[in-house]
Formats: sequence, C-alpha cells, structure tokens
Amino acid sequence: MTPSAQTTALKELGDHIAQALPGVVTGVALPHGELTLTVARDRVSQALGFLRDDPRCAFKLLMDVCGADYPERPERFEVVYHLLSLAKNQRIRVKVTTDEATPVPSVVGVYNSANWFEREAWDLYGILFSDHPDLRRILTDYGFEGHPLRKDFPLTGYVEVRYDDEKKRVVYEPVKLTQDFRFFDFLSPWEGMTREPPVLPGDEKAAPAPAAPKAGGDD
Amino acid sequence: MADDAPQQHIKNLTMNFGPQHPAAHGVLRLVLEMDGEIVERADPHIGLLHRGTEKLIEYKTYLQAVPYFDRLDYVAPMNQEHAFALATEKLLGISVPKRGQYIRVLYCEIGRLLNHLLNITTFAIDIGAITPALWGFEEREVLMEFYERASGARLHAAYFRPGGVHQDLPAGLLDDIHLYCPRLLKMIDDLETLLTQNRIFKQRTVDVGAIDAKDAQDWGFSGPMLRASGVAWDLRKQQPYDAYADFDFDIPVGKTGDCYARYLCRMEEMRQSVRIVRQACEKMPDGPVSSTDRKVTPPPRGEMKQSMEALIHHFKLYTEGYHVPAGETYAAVEAPKGEFGVYLVADGTNKPYRCKIRAPGFAHLAATEFMSKGHMLADAVAIIGSMDVVFGEIDR
Repeated sequence: MTPSAQTTALKELGDHIAQALPGVVTGVALPHGELTLTVARDRVSQALGFLRDDPRCAFKLLMDVCGADYPERPERFEVVYHLLSLAKNQRIRVKVTTDEATPVPSVVGVYNSANWFEREAWDLYGILFSDHPDLRRILTDYGFEGHPLRKDFPLTGYVEVRYDDEKKRVVYEPVKLTQDFRFFDFLSPWEGMTREPPVLPGDEKAAPAPAAPKAGGDD
Repeated sequence: MADDAPQQHIKNLTMNFGPQHPAAHGVLRLVLEMDGEIVERADPHIGLLHRGTEKLIEYKTYLQAVPYFDRLDYVAPMNQEHAFALATEKLLGISVPKRGQYIRVLYCEIGRLLNHLLNITTFAIDIGAITPALWGFEEREVLMEFYERASGARLHAAYFRPGGVHQDLPAGLLDDIHLYCPRLLKMIDDLETLLTQNRIFKQRTVDVGAIDAKDAQDWGFSGPMLRASGVAWDLRKQQPYDAYADFDFDIPVGKTGDCYARYLCRMEEMRQSVRIVRQACEKMPDGPVSSTDRKVTPPPRGEMKQSMEALIHHFKLYTEGYHVPAGETYAAVEAPKGEFGVYLVADGTNKPYRCKIRAPGFAHLAATEFMSKGHMLADAVAIIGSMDVVFGEIDR
C-alpha cells in the first residue's frame, strides 16, 4: 500500500471508531501518518476491547503500554497504548490522561501482555491501575522509593549502594557527588531572541528592562 | 492402617532460580513454586540490570542517545540503533540515501546472525549440548570482526546514526563478507547435523512450552516466538523499512509453537539472513552513506579542513546537536528477538522529551508462568532458553 492510501485507510478507520464509540473517544489525530485516539479514562477497557474484537479493527496485539510525564498539565500523566493488527497490517495509538491519585482501569482483562507493561508504568511513573491483579514494582530495586522517570526525579537519584567490607553487606547511602551535577541546555545567545520580550541566556536579570523606556531608541 | 496414618501435608517448595545460574541467561531471578518436580507458579523478578536508559536518554542529545541502544540487546547491537534512527528520521523528515539503507540492511542481517548463533548455541548448552557453542562462537567472532571493520567496535558500534550510517565501508570489506557467506552456510548445516535430529535435543524441546497463535498474540509475542506458532508476520515483509523491499527472502513459519519449532524457525532465518547479506553485497549501490543535510549529519573530515561552513556545522552538531521538531512517533523494526520499538516524543529541543523502548524480550518473559506452568523444572530451563531473553533489553 502506498503511504497516501495507508493514511486514507487510517483516517477512515479513525472515523469508524469515533462513530462506534461515542462519548468514549474524545479525539482522533493523525500525526506523522500514525492514528492516535484520545480516550476517556474510565472507558479505556471498553475502547480496547472494541479495538480488539471489531472486525474492521482487529487489533489483536497490544505491543506496548507506557507512561509519559508532562508536569505542567493539570493531569500530568499520559498512558500510551500501542496496538497492532496483523490482519489489517495497521497500528494505532491510544492515549489516556491521569494524575498521581486517579487510577486508570487496568486492561489486563483484555490483553494479558498489559500485565507487565502496567507494572512498569506504575514503577517508573507512579501511575495507578485499578483492578490490576499484581501491581508490584518491576524494574527498580527491592524497597525502592519514588518513581524515577518522573520529570521531578533527579537523574542522579537519592541513594547509592556499595558493599561495606566491615558490615559484610551492601549498604544504602545518600548520593554524594564529588562535582555538582551539570546540565547544559546549549541555548545559544545568538538564537536567544525568540522569547518575548527577548531575553538572552545568562542575562535574565535584565529581563524587566523592556518595561522601562529604552535608551536611545530613536536613532 | 491407612485410617490410622496421620494426615500428611505436603507443602509446595518455593525456590530461587538465579540470578546466579548459567541457565538464567544473565540476571534473571525466577521464584518457582514447585510441587515435586512440577512448576506450579513462576514469578520472574527482573530489573537486576536496570540502568535507567530511558531516563538517561532524556538528558542527552539525539546523537548521544545512540550508544545507549547498543547496550540494550548487546547480542545484536545495530538492530536497536536502527529503530532509534528510524524514529528520529521520521520526526526530522529526512531520508537516507540508498547506499546508507543497504549498509543498514546488511548489518541488521549480520546482527540477526550474531543473535541467532548465540541463542541457538546457548539454548543447546542449557539442555546439555556443548559442541554447538564452541562452533557458534567461532563464527560470531568472524561476524563481529565485520562489525569492527565498519564501525571500529566489535559490540558497541554506534554505527547507525539518524540520517544514515557513521562512515562508509572500508575497501574490500564487501568482498570479504561475500566470500565468507558459503562458509557460514556450511557451518549452519553442520550445526543442524548436531541438533535437528538429535534424540536428546528433541526429547527436551518437542512439545515443551507450546503456545498457540491466539495466546501468542494475546501475550504480545513477536519475531520467531510468534512465527513458530504459525503466524506469518515479519515487519521486514509486512511493513518494509529502509531497503528491505528490494530484497528477496522468505519468512519461515513454524507449526507447533513449541521450543523445537522456535529453534527450527531461527535456523531457517539464519539461512535467509545469509541470502540477504549476499544480495546486499552484490547489489550495493554507490553514493553517499548518510543524508547530505548538513544540519543533521556532520560533514566529512576532509571538507572540514577546507570549509569554514563545514567546521561550524561539525562544531554545532557535536556540541549542541540538532533540534528535532515537536511531535511523537513510534518506529518498530524486526529485531532478531521480535518487534523492537521506539516511542519517541520530541519537544523541539535538542534532547528527546520521552523515549520509550519496547523490548521484545520483555513481553516474552512476561509469559513465563503461562508457558512453564505444569512443566518440569528442567523444561522451564528449555522454555527460557527458547525465549531468547537478553537482560540488557528487558531491564533497560
């Protein structure tokens, strides 16, 4: 299938799903030729069940579930499901939003593969899944605290481990950095005039200046 | 007599399998609940090799993120880089010249050979055969030398970059690879005489860990694990990326979905990979190996000595890197183990906002309990061996 025919097919599929699930699908988009649905959080199992069983969709495989963190949004987390249909040779992405406290219904009842993927999203982001059969941490250490892939979790973490020869066991200690963690943003002063009012990196204290009358502005 | 005997309570034995066990393929800790010799419950504990790759990538530029992919599935490093390169290229909207695509295909297939040689031979060790490993590792060394001659490293290649490959192949390499193909085919034939009709090998693998097509899809299987269950699905054929559409090869499909079928699939896949490698050597086009968009790929070294523009580009690309337009995409490749996907979210800066790595082994290992329940302990070893787990990619 040519790329344009594929895009048309996905567009039709998106319309079909939106029609079949009114009130469940809240948005259909096609960025980069990939069909993306936004779904109401409490109806996600219904939506995925439909996508699996509807003969025009037939998304029998759930390839991936992952979280994503956008702290500036009111509901900071996104749960992203990637589905694959072998019969139709199509992919679809389903998105749900949530926050730290609101659980997302688990889809383990629909796809068994969701089990570990949801555990991973809980472990790394702290996204809660209701009715999950076994919501334990999966990738981080036993007894780990925090959710490392959140944007407000520092890259260096909080604890480090080492083997203590005197105590004859592994000990946990707060992270000690011999040099401060440095993070270069590579913003170039030559390209810094995109903000309004223009502020050069490293020159932020001059930022309120535009409010004051400019000196020598009319030459 | 039977009435007088005190009530016997037989408690299931819970035991640790790994993480220090040769059949655990690295650092798998498997908590098994055994009823005698029968597996009642299997709970894999993973994450002992978790390095926070996804978090680290969020703090690196797109180019600096590439080497992390070598360290995922370190058995076939370039196949992982491929998925990241494809995702980044899609967001950037750039295309790779033909020669670059052919080199990628060539090295992806060498990666597949590396992977299957390791998996089949270590699988054979798991169930008692040592000779295949001795033979297989010798050939892997030759293949890794081809890696080294192209990229400078046997394992951590960092060779597939967004926009193409890092540098052109040295003179004579293609001839050497082409010359080597018959020797590898001979070795695969020899390997088959050791295993395929071997009585012990068949006793340990036939009808062990069988999974049908419906369950395999439900558990999110891909690659040889899915094909062995009778599903003809290969991304190289179904959703061809790079130059795979130009190549002539077949997809082996199993019938029974057991450990033996998975072994047979991988054996035939190796032959098909050699076929692709041959075609790539014969049809290799001339031209640039990476995009000529100097805002993404660095200029050649010689040009930097002559041109100020080239020098600036080089400096900018290796310090700040390129900015990727905001957007999101999912790019998947047929890695030797199955579908390896990268879900990349860009926010318009020079670093990925989110980079989720979808490792095929993660989904396969999740089905351990489903596949090994009711089998003997020794069969659980065979099942894990046939799953082709590498903890670099599962733990990330």
